[in-house]
Amino acid sequence: MSSILVQVIVGGLLLGAVYALFSSGLTLIWGMMNIVNFAHGDFVMLGMYTAFVVWTLLGVGPLAGVPIAALVLATVGIVVYFGLIRSVMKGPMLAQILGTFGLALLLRYSVFWAFGANFLTLPGDLVGGTYDVLGIKLQASRLLAGVVALLVTLGLHLLLTRTSLGSKMLAVSEDATAAQLMGIRPDSMQAIAWAIAAGATGLAGALIATFFYIAPTVGETLGIVAFVTVSLGGFGSVPGALVAGLLIGVIESVSAYWIGGIYKDIVVYSLFLCFLWFRPQGLMGKT
Amino acid sequence: MEFKHIAGLISAAAISVAAMSVALPGTASAQDKTVKIGVIFPLSGNAASAGVHGKAAIETAVEIINTGSGGLGNLPLTNNAGLKGLGGAKVEVVFADNQGSPAVGQNQALRLITEEKVVALAGAYQSGITLTASAIAEKYGIPFVNGESVAANLTERGFKWFFRVTPVASDFAKIYLEFLKDMKAGGIKTDNVAIVHENTEYGTSVSSVITSVFKENGLAIALDIPYAANTTDVQSQVLQLKDKKPDVVIMVSYTSDAILYAKTMQALDYKPPMIIADNSGFSDPSFIKTAGKLTQGLFNRSSFAIGAPGTPTFLINEMYKKKSGGDDLDDTAARQMQGFFVLAEAIDRAGSTEPAKIQAALKATDLKPDQLIMGYKGVKFDDKGQNVLAAGLVIQLQDGENYTPVWPKQLAKTAPAFPYKGW
Repeated sequence: MSSILVQVIVGGLLLGAVYALFSSGLTLIWGMMNIVNFAHGDFVMLGMYTAFVVWTLLGVGPLAGVPIAALVLATVGIVVYFGLIRSVMKGPMLAQILGTFGLALLLRYSVFWAFGANFLTLPGDLVGGTYDVLGIKLQASRLLAGVVALLVTLGLHLLLTRTSLGSKMLAVSEDATAAQLMGIRPDSMQAIAWAIAAGATGLAGALIATFFYIAPTVGETLGIVAFVTVSLGGFGSVPGALVAGLLIGVIESVSAYWIGGIYKDIVVYSLFLCFLWFRPQGLMGKT
Repeated sequence: MEFKHIAGLISAAAISVAAMSVALPGTASAQDKTVKIGVIFPLSGNAASAGVHGKAAIETAVEIINTGSGGLGNLPLTNNAGLKGLGGAKVEVVFADNQGSPAVGQNQALRLITEEKVVALAGAYQSGITLTASAIAEKYGIPFVNGESVAANLTERGFKWFFRVTPVASDFAKIYLEFLKDMKAGGIKTDNVAIVHENTEYGTSVSSVITSVFKENGLAIALDIPYAANTTDVQSQVLQLKDKKPDVVIMVSYTSDAILYAKTMQALDYKPPMIIADNSGFSDPSFIKTAGKLTQGLFNRSSFAIGAPGTPTFLINEMYKKKSGGDDLDDTAARQMQGFFVLAEAIDRAGSTEPAKIQAALKATDLKPDQLIMGYKGVKFDDKGQNVLAAGLVIQLQDGENYTPVWPKQLAKTAPAFPYKGW
């Protein structure tokens, strides 16, 4: 295998890890309460801007920016839950879709108003430079994002399967009334789920900001990938999002290299549709 | 079927617009003293940064025309308040957001014409959107003046109401070709040329024009790499380049992609010996701020220079900076401003807001170089509506902060620097 091809695959894996990273929050919300959060991409965008503000005001990189973005977005998640989600959940499906979609536009244009339309970036050397391993270039910022993606996936998975908080959250998602009878408060569990999901998304945004451009519309570009990743992985499955993210990253990379950049989406989406034909619940989703 | 669909959409939009104008009677008659011009730009969406700068440029032009405080040399409309030919009527611009979508741009053109009753249109930045928006203007018989879109086919449609002030892709292809020939004579390797371009109207048409102009002159394009605009990742494209090692890479990209390429080239440690960027993304001030230091030595095309202190272009730039939040007037925004001046001058000369009279005045336009802010040889439209006197030069981002003219020699401030330095 030529070293260029190895580089293409490595690049695809790192890209895929990032896809997985910003998809985990979306899949969590879906798994918890059957809501598709259309504002997800814009949560990523808010995370990116938080990292940018932290860097501009405090002059510090992702070490501070990532946790702060996670905290800010967790707060946003709780506010959104109590301010919007709790009420629209009582309405029809369409109200939920339009509610989060409206939220997406509100966030996007608020940032537009506050920061303007200009593209921003963090300095390229904030997270080391590029490592050269046997001729394969590994960009430190992407590597960091990839490692964190694995850790976040593992953490969320353990939280849901091994902790009492996780069990309570799953109980609420399966049957809120029954859970309530067992002494679990669905409201707080769902608020916590929103906080965790939004926090993970903010963290993802702050990490992506170290190697991507920052713009009010960036959520649009990234949001679509998140939806595909989550439905391929199986709605509600955190490990599924990781596997799906890696898969999409590699397929995109290899097809863009071999067939051409304008065809990669055709390859990815036709494989995606074929796959859903056979397995509509996704890779690891429950039937 | 496609056409039916579009026609259906248009008539639906027309009906709703008609319904709205019934609901709001008398909106058009109250402003006899103003001339309403519609301007369509991407004020949101991925090209918003370019659109917002364009808007600031048009607002500057409107301020210059409406105050008429003079001091700007022979630039038309600057020495008296408003449009003299219309008894000092003020120019009023209605901006519309195309959201980066050809369909939205088309609807906005329809809205501006039927609802806002504009007498002429300008815009719409992306060639693909200028294409659809100007088709509506053509249908309604409203003049459409474009200052910035370079896709060749815009003026190949037999339109009677479309006028384009900017040089087009084929002009720039010839500039690139001559530039490369000149560099080759100086010992720089230029035999192996690659084109990387985004796949909407702009990127596709510019790259095909460059390819055919180069081919006619015996220089084949060795590698053609199209990619989807607004992509999330360009590693594979950069690796293709790295693998094929072209001597010259020509890039046709919008801002978001241009930034991604700059960052990815650095991450994958790829430096071609020479990069020529085809304006747009690479001329956006926010590209230079975010990625200029990663692309030192990048060549670009331009028709605008801010000029020495005291010159009209310098003074206009100072006015522009107040509206743009401090950014200098870049080539694209300056071309948009020039397009608007050409339109306003024609309306003034027509002495009327009747579309047919404005159209006739546009056809008779004959501006000299000293009446322009751009470095064109003048403005004069051919039968297709293309300015035949448009011209440009090659600039280089030598320090990663400011472009300087480097070619042709008589317009150059410094000599072109080789090889491409990157970061």
